[in-house]
Amino acid sequence: MTADRTVRMFGGGCGELTPPAQSATALEAVRLAKRYRGTWALRDCTLSVPAGRVVAFVGPNGAGKSTFLRLVAGLIAPTRGSVRVFGEPVGQRAEALARVAFLAQDKPLYDGFTVAEMLRFGHHLNPGWDDALARQRLAELDIPLNRKVGKLSGGQQAQVALTIAVAKRPDLLVMDGPLANLDPVARHDIMRSLMAAVAETQMTVVLSSHVVSDLTNACDWLMVLNRGQVQISGEVDELLAAHRMLSGPAELADEVAARMPVINDSRSGRQADLLVHTGPGTSLHDPRWSASGVSLEELVLAYLRRPDTTSLPRPTLTTT
Amino acid sequence: MLKFRLDPSSGVATYLQLVHQVKHALRLGVLMPGDRLPTIKEVVSDLAINPNTVAKAYRELEHEGFVVGRPGMGTFVRRSLGGGATADHTRLRRDLARWVHDCREAGLDHGDIEALVAMVLADSAQEGIA
Repeated sequence: MTADRTVRMFGGGCGELTPPAQSATALEAVRLAKRYRGTWALRDCTLSVPAGRVVAFVGPNGAGKSTFLRLVAGLIAPTRGSVRVFGEPVGQRAEALARVAFLAQDKPLYDGFTVAEMLRFGHHLNPGWDDALARQRLAELDIPLNRKVGKLSGGQQAQVALTIAVAKRPDLLVMDGPLANLDPVARHDIMRSLMAAVAETQMTVVLSSHVVSDLTNACDWLMVLNRGQVQISGEVDELLAAHRMLSGPAELADEVAARMPVINDSRSGRQADLLVHTGPGTSLHDPRWSASGVSLEELVLAYLRRPDTTSLPRPTLTTT
Repeated sequence: MLKFRLDPSSGVATYLQLVHQVKHALRLGVLMPGDRLPTIKEVVSDLAINPNTVAKAYRELEHEGFVVGRPGMGTFVRRSLGGGATADHTRLRRDLARWVHDCREAGLDHGDIEALVAMVLADSAQEGIA
């Protein structure tokens, strides 16, 4: 393949800036666990995310998403296990912390500050601060620098918070529910400017949400956390390719279920609809069944309804 | 400049939708050799999609020889698309317009006509395989 010269790199072959090859691991958790008093908020989480990904981090309320993200950002210490960001244990050295930006759910801005003062504040606290980038982003968004933060709309406040996080020039941006409490237009605007920032800086992004549809086209990696445990972690395209919705006669459903993992089984009368994990390369050659693809949202919902099933990358997947 | 549009209900992967739209624009002459495609940043800040998706679409188009990336400058159209000579296109289009007119006369609506075209295309593809 001749087009393979630069294709492994981001934007390769597209005449745009090519950053260093991104084979590195951005985020790695090993048996990570956190207990608050008597309750385990997070139990035995092991996963890794390659650099350069935009990760949709989903799960129901109380699944442990915020706890996980705060552990990644080094804001709290794990009870057990470890978490590394670009190979560095979190929370041990200042340089490691400088590589991570954390945007909390409640948009940590000071209402009494003007936007310009907020930028000065960010500049003062962050050694790698990119002031030009911050000002350019705010100019593109038409957000006046002399306006008090408290006088901005919710969407504008979210944009200022995102700008400050991006201007830190992190290698990993962690956002806890960045789209919560925003109207659909503001949500779309935030995702547009986040994607533009990713295109420019090639940073890795982890963003949590419980609305999967907001993240469908923006994310290329999916992490599902349920009841304090990792249920799915993998590349979106691979996950979608490895799952199928099979529709066929109910009397044959058990036979199919014996052959491959069924994530969701719904039977009504003579018809059965099975959401199955076919694995790569396997297919059902029975004409009595029709197979169709699943959307990311269907996939996530099906797994969330079955907290005991997991789809985690394995070295080899053996299907019989 | 080409502007992409996404159809979330199409079930077609996003990068393929981008590939199809570029090819469609090449067929229609909306894009000509030498034209620049929007940069990845331009596309993502318009559609709020992952930059890797756009990169994947552009790689695919480059691999098929339709576009070429020039470092620091952008992605440019290399060749146009569309089989047959332009004169044939004009004739076929005229014939098709007459056929569509006949369909309408016979009481077929937009959906009926589309279904008919899709069926005939599928049949002809089947014949091609057989």
